[in-house]
Amino acid sequence: MEKTPQTDPRQSWTFSNSINSEIRRAAATGIYDIRGGGAKRRVPHFDDLLFLGASMSRYPLEGYREKCETSVTLGTRFAKKPIELKIPVTIAGMSFGALSGHAKEALGRGATMAGTSTTTGDGGMTEEERGHSEKLVYQYLPSRYGMNPDDLRRADAIEIVVGQGAKPGGGGMLLGQKITERVAGMRDLPVGIDQRSACRHPDWTGPDDLEIKILEIREITNWEKPIYIKVGGARPYYDVALAVKAGADVVVLDGMQGGTAATQDVFIEHVGQPTLACIRPAVQALQDLGMHREVQLVVSGGIRTGADVAKALALGADAVAIGTAALVALGDNDPKWEAEYQKLGSTTGAYDDWHEGRDPAGITTQDPELMKRLDPLAAGRRLRNYLNVLTLECQTLARACGHNHVHNLEPEDLCALTMEAAAMAQVPLAGTNWYPGKPGF
Amino acid sequence: MTTTLDKTVLDMTATDLRAVNTTLQAAAKAQANEAYVITNPRGSHAMACGLDGPLNVTIKGSTGYYCAGMNKEASVTVEGSAGPGVAENMMSGVVTIEGDASQYAGATGHGGLLNIKGNASSRCGISMKGIDIVVHGNIGHMSAFMAQKGNLVVLGDAGDALGDSLYEARLFVRGSVKSLGADCIEKEMRPEHIETLRELLEKAGADAKPEEFKRYGSARKLYNFNIDHADEY
Repeated sequence: MEKTPQTDPRQSWTFSNSINSEIRRAAATGIYDIRGGGAKRRVPHFDDLLFLGASMSRYPLEGYREKCETSVTLGTRFAKKPIELKIPVTIAGMSFGALSGHAKEALGRGATMAGTSTTTGDGGMTEEERGHSEKLVYQYLPSRYGMNPDDLRRADAIEIVVGQGAKPGGGGMLLGQKITERVAGMRDLPVGIDQRSACRHPDWTGPDDLEIKILEIREITNWEKPIYIKVGGARPYYDVALAVKAGADVVVLDGMQGGTAATQDVFIEHVGQPTLACIRPAVQALQDLGMHREVQLVVSGGIRTGADVAKALALGADAVAIGTAALVALGDNDPKWEAEYQKLGSTTGAYDDWHEGRDPAGITTQDPELMKRLDPLAAGRRLRNYLNVLTLECQTLARACGHNHVHNLEPEDLCALTMEAAAMAQVPLAGTNWYPGKPGF
Repeated sequence: MTTTLDKTVLDMTATDLRAVNTTLQAAAKAQANEAYVITNPRGSHAMACGLDGPLNVTIKGSTGYYCAGMNKEASVTVEGSAGPGVAENMMSGVVTIEGDASQYAGATGHGGLLNIKGNASSRCGISMKGIDIVVHGNIGHMSAFMAQKGNLVVLGDAGDALGDSLYEARLFVRGSVKSLGADCIEKEMRPEHIETLRELLEKAGADAKPEEFKRYGSARKLYNFNIDHADEY
């Protein structure tokens, strides 16, 4: 008997296997999923922009022959000692505790060799980091773990963290398995407990208070250090304007692809705006206040290539910061650990349980045996190489657009491949002279 | 600046904040253990902050935000009331407020003694990390929120949600407590606590007996996340 033809089994888009697996996990455990990293969903990004390149109306610079400068100075508004960087790529704040001491050392080594800065995180300043970072930005966080005036004074800049892109409006949680004796000691907490990083500062509540807080920090540090304010990509126009009002020398703007050590997946994927959508409103705020280039803008969240760097600069940023990409350069999610990722129920490229402290690559862990897997010298060299490549790529694109400094890149050098990207970046859709929302159209 | 045999007077009608702090910070760093008197503070913010060495500072009047912030070793006395965040992140030394203190007094302090002769507003001792705070009057709501280490002594009453999400800080209250925050419970007052309290009261010049106080601390039920305690958050 002939078999009756059947329609292929049809998977639901709404209830996909991935969604169903999360429902089953939630039903089994009763708790939300916590993970590290930034938003994994596809959002409009720098890939959706293209450079136009030089043509009849402008001429390019000769690659390898004509100079294309990459230096950037951060903190020119009030600080007596602004930070001079050779390249417009910095290392974002990541905590000792979330990362091993070796990883922090490697970040410092790599950044220093490349001529840029690295940044502390929640949990204070370590000797590994200070000792190996020629330029170190000291984060001033709500938890104030390890905060002390000596470290404030030996920092090269101070970054007041109001929010981060992975979780604007949220704090963090470092699970007990990563709270070793050293981590606990630096944070004045018992060993082995889950350690909450508060979502807001304990002694100020708004930009008016923050202005006074910044005054205090400047008074303590003799007005030498550039003061950064870091915000998550929530309301970039107003957040940046208020940061300027509060007295920032530098604003760090972190979009939703920016990573975290540990937060609820629902927070990472559903709060905040894509990095691409944040830059133009931020730059507009600076321009409206007459502060563009006076207060420097550092953009982070999903920077991976020199093209991303160049596009962020073209949209008006002064520099970018990398976190996840820096960890990958050190060795995070390396295929050589695939067998171990599988044992942990993950796979190369998807491993994000950084909070559990079992990182096969020895980066997001405090386990002494796992930590040994990361050679800070070799990892530092890899980071240096990667930073150099980002810079070379950025220079290549700037020269192709006819610029002798990467800061001369501008929105007019760009077009967008999608309507969404055109609207967010406020550059014309490819083949048109129009973008959604363009006044007068 | 006027200098007499035993003290230097800085008048803030003639000396701006930067000059005052520069002078005090340099004197503290020089380990000179000198006496300075600040007159006409007029509620200035960030006064006498970042001192890093033995120095005796008296402020004749009330101060604004963050007076004596991040103090190390110095002794700072405010002969008036203090604005928000007095002695925030203090490391060591003694800060005395003759009047009242506003919000966040002693926030995130790591060490030393903050002695408030009047009342303290809300969030006194928030996230404290080892500081000792003695309040001769009452304290406001959410005091000692997420307090990690150190001692908070209150001779008067405490407002709502005392010690919410407390870690290992010890809270001693002589008067009433309007309510306790999540995971904060009354605990047995053992001999070592009586002794600690006696020393603190003596240092602060407080006229009270340790036996009159109750001790509060963490139940430690929220130390590791447990879904069965979700209602507590």
